[in-house]
Amino acid sequence: MTILELPSTTPALTLNQVDIRYGERAAIANASLSVAGGELMALVGPSGCGKTSLLTAINRMTDTIPGCRVTGSILVGDRDVLAVSDLAALRREVGMVFQQPNPFPLSVVDNLRFPLAEHGIPRHERNARAEAALRDVGLWDEVADRLTTPALSLSGGQQQRLCIARALILEPRLLLLDEPCSALDPVASEVVEKLIVSLKGRYTLLMVTHNLAQARRLADTVTVCWVDGQCGCVIESNRCTQIFEAPAHPITAAYCAGRTG
Amino acid sequence: MHPRDRWFAALGALPWLAVVVPMAMMAAALVSQGHGAISLNFLLEDPSRAGRAGGIASLLLSTAWILAVALAVAVPVGIGCAVYLSEEVLPGSAAEKRLGFVLDLLAATPSVVYGLFGYQFFAITLGFGFSILSGGLALSLMVLPLMIRSAEQALRAVPGSYRQASAALSITRWGWVRRILLPSAAQGIAVGIILSVGRALAETAVLLFTAGYVLRRPDSVFDSGRSLSVHIYDMAMNVPGGTERAAATALVLVTLLILINMVVRGLLRAPASLRQ
Repeated sequence: MTILELPSTTPALTLNQVDIRYGERAAIANASLSVAGGELMALVGPSGCGKTSLLTAINRMTDTIPGCRVTGSILVGDRDVLAVSDLAALRREVGMVFQQPNPFPLSVVDNLRFPLAEHGIPRHERNARAEAALRDVGLWDEVADRLTTPALSLSGGQQQRLCIARALILEPRLLLLDEPCSALDPVASEVVEKLIVSLKGRYTLLMVTHNLAQARRLADTVTVCWVDGQCGCVIESNRCTQIFEAPAHPITAAYCAGRTG
Repeated sequence: MHPRDRWFAALGALPWLAVVVPMAMMAAALVSQGHGAISLNFLLEDPSRAGRAGGIASLLLSTAWILAVALAVAVPVGIGCAVYLSEEVLPGSAAEKRLGFVLDLLAATPSVVYGLFGYQFFAITLGFGFSILSGGLALSLMVLPLMIRSAEQALRAVPGSYRQASAALSITRWGWVRRILLPSAAQGIAVGIILSVGRALAETAVLLFTAGYVLRRPDSVFDSGRSLSVHIYDMAMNVPGGTERAAATALVLVTLLILINMVVRGLLRAPASLRQ
């Protein structure tokens, strides 16, 4: 396995020999990767190789799945995620956006004010922070005159950008993106992709995608997962250009060339 | 058409014969027997001469009080139980099977058994006597399984994606239930409440044992009060010459039940934007 050369500073995210099991079944074993601060890493690989499991272990969403067990080491900065007792603090630090846009059945602005209220942000700050988050994702001009309309009345692309704004409003250091464009049409996908690119540098991003072209367009680094027997594994992790132009592993070469997977 | 398929085609008449015809016969009987007594005064006046004269105003009032007591208990307890079941008890788990079995058993228990228990416990043991309070509390026990089951189904139907987003944002359990879960399921919960009202409104046996027969207007929940359904039973079975007034009261009750059904159907048909 080829692992990206670590930068001299502490990486924003480090996974070391992570195993994830659902009961007796191993979803992914011995997974290691490292993401530098402000960079976007794409996690690619065929269905069932454990990409989403890996992603959800980072903010401990795996805790909500009965029978799921995660071992190894997951460091966000220098904080050991698996030893964290304050999940609220962890999930403020690690935001997440899902495959299907999932705004709450509240108004546009309440989708943003509600998490702020839940995390104890004073009432007088909430509107300003909601506006800033909507501007951040390029949605303000589109919804400024209908902030109190139901979020579910927005288009799919707008809903997904609202979900990204909702994840950013708690000021995370790391943003997990689980196939954020796969449920969107090409036009909406392009808008969301541009937004994701604009977030690079300010946030560290880890994105699961099945779309290799998208990974190539957006990512600084790429980690390739594979299914070895019945269990997922990481086979290669490197700079994006290296993965697509000079992959070290033959499976990576075959997968990126579309010959397998 | 194959000869055997003719039998299947003939089945098409069965719903009309089994459902629509009896309903139409019942409505015709009620209207023909009761229409002579129906007037505005019938709704506004209290009964007199053991119900042979006057109207049903005090009975409407007693029925409303009994319903209010029953709902005041059954709605919060029912929704609380449903939230617990939907949030804490996994579908198919042993706990869900056991609780489900008990709920189904309670739902199938004859109302006369609730009446007997309500009389023993509320009227005698707790000392509430024949009263609106005893009747309302006994009715609340009877409608609770229906309330819990319908609310639980509505809560379990809330999209899992909301729960996922809520967990990722570390929303508190209280915040999740109050701001997302209950409002999302409000329509289904409302349907359950209205169906429970319909069932409580039509109930007689429980109230015969607990709320009593008294025709006068109740001053408080500790007074006895006669519900519409008990009045129908009493006028038809115990009061000579009471058939017309029994039928007229039944017409009022059936009209109320039809209105409740229309509200339920309206809620179920409500557009997605309204449900949001």
